[in-house]
Amino acid sequence: MREVAVIGVGMNKWGELWEKSHRTIWTEAALKAIDEAKVDRVDAMVVGCMSGGLFVGQEHLGALLAEQLGMGPIPGTRVESACASGGLAFRQAYLAVASGMHDIVLATGVEKMTDVDGGAATFALSTAADQEYEGFHGVTFPGLYAMMARVHMQRYGTTREQLAQVAVKNHAHGSLNPNAQFPMKVTAQQVMSSAMVADPMRLLDCSPVTDGAAAAVLVPLEWARKRSSGPFIRVAASAHATDTIALHDREDMAFLGSTAKAAEQAYKQAHIGPSDLSFCEAHDCFTISEVMVIEALGIAERGQGGKLTASGYTALDGKIPVNPSGGLKSKGHPVGATGVAQVFEVVEQLRGACGARQVKNARWALTQNMGGTGASTVIHLFERV
Amino acid sequence: MIGLARHWREIPQRYRYEAARCDKCSAVYFPPRLVCSKCRGREFTKTVLPQTGKVETFTVIRVAPTGFTDEAPYAVAVVKLDDSIRVMAQVVDCEVEKLAIGDRVRLEFRKVQQDGEAGAICYGYKFVPEA
Repeated sequence: MREVAVIGVGMNKWGELWEKSHRTIWTEAALKAIDEAKVDRVDAMVVGCMSGGLFVGQEHLGALLAEQLGMGPIPGTRVESACASGGLAFRQAYLAVASGMHDIVLATGVEKMTDVDGGAATFALSTAADQEYEGFHGVTFPGLYAMMARVHMQRYGTTREQLAQVAVKNHAHGSLNPNAQFPMKVTAQQVMSSAMVADPMRLLDCSPVTDGAAAAVLVPLEWARKRSSGPFIRVAASAHATDTIALHDREDMAFLGSTAKAAEQAYKQAHIGPSDLSFCEAHDCFTISEVMVIEALGIAERGQGGKLTASGYTALDGKIPVNPSGGLKSKGHPVGATGVAQVFEVVEQLRGACGARQVKNARWALTQNMGGTGASTVIHLFERV
Repeated sequence: MIGLARHWREIPQRYRYEAARCDKCSAVYFPPRLVCSKCRGREFTKTVLPQTGKVETFTVIRVAPTGFTDEAPYAVAVVKLDDSIRVMAQVVDCEVEKLAIGDRVRLEFRKVQQDGEAGAICYGYKFVPEA
């Protein structure tokens, strides 16, 4: 396998982009990454998109989007793994370069979620759960995570206030990110008095519905070294694991097994452990998600994710900042784009280009992108070299 | 939305709680599967799920997906069936505000949703308080 580097990334401000089409927001991000990488061709393109069909009535995105690039009949592949589609697209691009199959690969993610109304968006997202044995009963994603939260709170004593601190922290980070959809700060009191969505998850515990895209250009590290003097952003590990699709089939409903498994593989590949991380971008689709993710990543002890968050350990000025970008909570969550946008943040941070939200002396970074209630996890590790 | 053929196909589970028990290791699957995740066995015997159990976790859906908006707020729970596996379903005929982990419930045959343009009625199970 060849070593792989990311040499260009692109994204724009996310939000309710009613004036722009699915293909336009994708192409804008793709061109930014290509221009930044200063490449005159890409050999292949991968796009992560959860549900072009349900959100905009469009499938066959590999061909449709490849055509938008104007680079001829290159292979265009769409991959889907619910909210982990973007992370999986990045992984497929990584594998294509690492294996020697292609030299310059464009990894992208896109979702346009605001063309449909709230009920239709809630339904589309619910297809990431078991449609026949969860969705059939009218459960939603906030509902599924609410059930996980209730187990976590009962077993470990995680408090309502601790969960709110995830939103407080990530909105504070997002307030420093010009691409964030909701860059306003929130207080714990505002989170805990926002509208109830699915008890105990309230509106400000939930990531929003977003239109957005992100892109990254991957090449062999040796190839990058010949073109410039660096520093380079090396992909140090790529791991992917799955778990039961239905929450009720999980051995432990308060633990993210797929994240723990993928993390174990990633740390092994890179010969590092969680304490070596300078920061990480984690899949905080709900406040409880981030609490459970940092436990599965080994940043927090099992059951202690809420307490650790409330202590400030994962804040921008803490020991291991989690979601300096603002996370899904503040930056937005266009489901298929999220995993690639995590890579965007990591690359910008490792380059030292993040201004007010810059993590000091960043060298090692982790991205954790998750689908469903944790039925899929894709993890990547990056190192500045 | 989903089709009539699917609802027809799922009648053994929705109406009769039919599950499969692995002949080799006794693991129970609902719905039935072709391979046992625990021992990779491929031989199963039909079994029927017990119809009472205990709430392990629950939520109250206040923002509902298409097809359920008229019913909100409604409770959904994961229930550990007695000496068996967990299943998920709505909990009805109860005050949702008073629902708690550990509550005893039993399965009942109910209308779950209406589907498609023809408004086909889909029956299935919901939980109700045991007492």
